[in-house]
Amino acid sequence: MTVTLAPSPTQSQSGADTGAIKDAKKRYAAGVLKYAQMGYWDGDYEPKDTDVLAVFRITPQEGVDPVEAAAAVAGESSTATWTVVWTDRLTACDSYRGKAYKVEPVPGQEGQYFVYIAYDLILFEEGSIANLTASIIGNVFSFKPLKAARLEDMRLPPAYVKTFKGPPTGIVVERERLNSFGRPLLGATIKPKLGLSGKNYGRVVYEALRGGLDFTKDDENINSQPFMHWRDRFLYCMEGVNQAAVRTGEVKGHYLNITAGTMEEMYRRAEFAKELGSVIVMVDLIIGWTAIQSISEWARANDMILHMHRAGHGTYTRQKSHGVSFRVIAKWLRLAGVDHLHAGTAVGKLEGDPMTVQGYYNILRERHNEVDLPRGVFFEQDWADIRRVMPVASGGIHAGQMHQLLTLFGDDVVLQFGGGTIGHPMGIEAGAIANRVALEAMVLARNEGRDIMAEGPEILQEAAKWCKPLEAALHTWGSVTFDYTSTDTSDFVPTASVA
Amino acid sequence: MRITQGAFSFLPDLTDQQISAQIEYALEKGWAVAIEFTDDPHPRNTYWDMWGIPMFDLRDAAGVMGEVKACREANPDCYIRLSAFDSTRGWETVRLAFIVHRPKEEAKYRLSRTEGAGRVQRYEIVRA
Repeated sequence: MTVTLAPSPTQSQSGADTGAIKDAKKRYAAGVLKYAQMGYWDGDYEPKDTDVLAVFRITPQEGVDPVEAAAAVAGESSTATWTVVWTDRLTACDSYRGKAYKVEPVPGQEGQYFVYIAYDLILFEEGSIANLTASIIGNVFSFKPLKAARLEDMRLPPAYVKTFKGPPTGIVVERERLNSFGRPLLGATIKPKLGLSGKNYGRVVYEALRGGLDFTKDDENINSQPFMHWRDRFLYCMEGVNQAAVRTGEVKGHYLNITAGTMEEMYRRAEFAKELGSVIVMVDLIIGWTAIQSISEWARANDMILHMHRAGHGTYTRQKSHGVSFRVIAKWLRLAGVDHLHAGTAVGKLEGDPMTVQGYYNILRERHNEVDLPRGVFFEQDWADIRRVMPVASGGIHAGQMHQLLTLFGDDVVLQFGGGTIGHPMGIEAGAIANRVALEAMVLARNEGRDIMAEGPEILQEAAKWCKPLEAALHTWGSVTFDYTSTDTSDFVPTASVA
Repeated sequence: MRITQGAFSFLPDLTDQQISAQIEYALEKGWAVAIEFTDDPHPRNTYWDMWGIPMFDLRDAAGVMGEVKACREANPDCYIRLSAFDSTRGWETVRLAFIVHRPKEEAKYRLSRTEGAGRVQRYEIVRA
């Protein structure tokens, strides 16, 4: 027989045939029922404070009723299979069912629906993102009756949040360790990202930190290749870090990428970073959720800031119709426990419209998120005092955008100017000076009450009069913008671009 | 060498008028302003000497500036920093800090190193 989710004449959003079958004998007779009939749709359901909530954007196949499709998503992400099984009757199955409780058409997107689903907390193992994701995104994204599905947002109840340890360091303690307050931190990724020897690589670290950056960074794919083995990289980078600290009186750091093929090797690299006195290590998102939680435990035990580079996320976060929104990834990573997370620049070379990106920043930094549809935040979220994650803005940004960056993101962010430091015509140290002067001048002006969005270019020019490196930076990059329309935008406001 | 701790060390030394404007900003946010001084601005010297306790109840920049001046007179050869403390739940930390006075001759540090096995260096930042 063919299993379909074809609409029946009486079944639609009018709700006629969407009720669960109450008679147990009929409900558990062998055969196939609609998911709604099996009890995965309940339009009257009031989510409990302890429920995990999810909102999916679904695109049902032609002729598939959205309510039945919603019930199917709830079913496939909780207890259901395609047919009735009598073994349900050995369990308190009603309470284990995910319950689709609301379906709304997506504004302006024909054929797409927002589907809200509530899951009882018993479905999830405490402190395990692996378990949470295996449920919520395990099966359902390949489900044939849907053309596409995207997990847009989740509400994680405090009862569940408290089962995670969260960021090992967090914004507050990171700043106290660095002794830096009241301005964004500055960083740069070492370029070229592949090919430099350890000795040459450490030179770039030293120049950039000495010039005024707080951090330098390994790129996502620098691990232990023939041109530079990891121990060499660590030793030369720490030489640069310490030399720069001595010459500036500031605490400096280099994100030593400890990403490796096995946990055993990652721990080995992490231990060596600790032995050398590094304040920070980094991993890539592609190591996977369990590895992230494990290295977070290690970072907590060793007073290490943990930087997360979101390598790979664009494969599933960028397209609006299918995948997982980055705001959900940000929530999972805050629970899993990272201290830094790349969350977009809005003005740089990589995807992200300004308000959507601000939504990610708010998720990472606030104690409590209110519903904020223009920023893509669908649920109120209480973070139960879990620490704040420092967002990182990296990718195609330069000193000439300082007023925009400060206005969009405020003080608690790491602004990373890789090319915008290392590509400076007067050298790397000059590039770092230009960025630091531009930043401090802009923070000073903002605090003095000046309208930096209007006066930003003028404020930069004033500083460039006495700071040659800034003058050269503005001359080289002042007019560079990446003004493309974003792919991933809110459906609740007209899309704005930055320029 | 210039010690570049604090939010504004890459700018020319702030004038008293500029310092006042930053104090106003902090007070408007509801933060308590504090003054600290030291002759050892080692990057990991967390506890500078306090010039009194944070001025929790002082809501007037001129009053803070009076204290800055008094601290400068008493400690001309020290670094003096101004910090603004936010007691809001979940922050409970300094939200802005910057240097408002430097000694004529800045502190100098150098690296002391001990060599270990496997080319490992143990670094220590010591006064030059």
